Amino acid sequence: MDRDLLIKARGIGVNFEGRQILSHIDLEIFQGQLVTLIGPNGAGKTTLVRVVLGLLTPDEGQMERAQGLKIGYMPQKLFVEPTLPLTVERFLKLAGPSALDVGTLLEEVRISHLLKQQVSRLSGGEMQRVLLARALSRKPHLLVLDEPAQGVDVNGQIELYELINIIRADHNCGVLMVSHDLHLVMAGTDEVICLNQHICCHGKPEHVSTDPAYLALFGRREAETLAVYTHHHNHSHDIKGAIIGEACCDHHADKGTHNHG
Amino acid sequence: MVRLVAITMQTKELITMADFVLYALLAGISIAVVAGPLGCFVVWRRMSYFGDTLAHSSLLGVAIAILLNLQMQVAIIGSCLAFAALLLLLEKKQALATDTLLGIIAHSTLAFGLIVLSISDRVQVNLNAFLFGDLLTVTRSDLFWIVSCCLICGVVLILFWKRFLAITVHRELAMIEGLAADRLYALLVFLIAILIAVAMKIVGVLLITSLLIIPAAAARRVSNTPEQMALGSAIAGCLAVMGGLGLSYFWDTPAGPSIVATAFVLFIVVYLKPTAGKR
Repeated sequence: MDRDLLIKARGIGVNFEGRQILSHIDLEIFQGQLVTLIGPNGAGKTTLVRVVLGLLTPDEGQMERAQGLKIGYMPQKLFVEPTLPLTVERFLKLAGPSALDVGTLLEEVRISHLLKQQVSRLSGGEMQRVLLARALSRKPHLLVLDEPAQGVDVNGQIELYELINIIRADHNCGVLMVSHDLHLVMAGTDEVICLNQHICCHGKPEHVSTDPAYLALFGRREAETLAVYTHHHNHSHDIKGAIIGEACCDHHADKGTHNHG
Repeated sequence: MVRLVAITMQTKELITMADFVLYALLAGISIAVVAGPLGCFVVWRRMSYFGDTLAHSSLLGVAIAILLNLQMQVAIIGSCLAFAALLLLLEKKQALATDTLLGIIAHSTLAFGLIVLSISDRVQVNLNAFLFGDLLTVTRSDLFWIVSCCLICGVVLILFWKRFLAITVHRELAMIEGLAADRLYALLVFLIAILIAVAMKIVGVLLITSLLIIPAAAARRVSNTPEQMALGSAIAGCLAVMGGLGLSYFWDTPAGPSIVATAFVLFIVVYLKPTAGKR
């Protein structure tokens, strides 16, 4: 494996009770690279994440990991029983060494004030940042984020994605992110993978999305944009099996801007 | 068994009398000290029905042991561990929703246990002792057995505390961080099984779960960390044991139910206590 290559998947296939969930998935993630995984519900995004994390052994294909690879994982959500008294500080210390510098960690995700807060009382956005801090606590080479902005309002989402970009730059770690909000994550993404049981298309997100004005626009019009986006995604589901190209994701964004621009 | 105490007093065997109470107290307290922290996990993981099922099914083990003339203490622990393993296996298969599965096993094993006990009438069996506990008949060898088992459970619990906590908060996060979550969960379940096996003497199969969850639930109200809750739960359990034995001693109430009733009163008192602002 290359020196910078963190994980390399070749021809991954997963079946559940005879039903094909994933087939022929190739995936490479390099150090410092941000790969975004998009796709409709039931596309197998979470299954692929579980394969990458090593929680699930694929039925077909090979999964290689760089030697000594440390993965930081941010689950979609975390529900802590209200009967379990647990402060943010304690929650973060569950992962790493007991000498973990929780203060610095919380500063990095901008929630220092939550140190002594009970985990079961956090808001959606606060919880996501706490989970991000937990993922960072082991100083990972690869961050795996499963819909990191779930349950966060639009402005919070933009901030969170910015934060993820800053963290990637600071730590020079690879990032695999599952997201529905393509327009919000485009700016920082090196590679987008459109998944619908197989890889429909992959490539660099379009150039225009790096413009801050573009991001601001889509920040305000999130709901509409996403509706259009989802629609086109269903469409891409119909042409499942189409040859892998680089146009599909750009095409979505074009339509989105076109219809509402 | 309460009458037994009364008779003992009348025959003026006061030293033996003191031994009875002392043994009962020591046995009860050693169980409460371990049941407290272990019960926290039962509450956090919503396993109270699981504990109930384990306790009920162990009665079937007891019945079979009586039928086959096996050594009782070993048979109880053996059957608790066997049923714990079976439940773990079935839970993993996920053929049915867990609570449905537990409901089927809990009640059918209880039914079979009672039937088997009824056909083994050649032996003198005190059914009530198994259902509701028989704390005041704890012998010196019982006490030794109970204390040893509690000691082992307690030491394992302390050693694995952080790991148990990690898999309870988020199983998959813990796995990615390098913990064998399935094995740790199995270990936790086996600890619960051992505790249920030895606590059967104290409160019986029908009331055992309450010894795990009521002190823990009471302690939740006054704690801010998992460790505080574990400690509070152990203390609440000890108070319940002492209060229950006191009730039993002075008012001739059955010991097991008295302990559970005391725990409940304690729980209510803690919950009625006004809190200084919202935590």
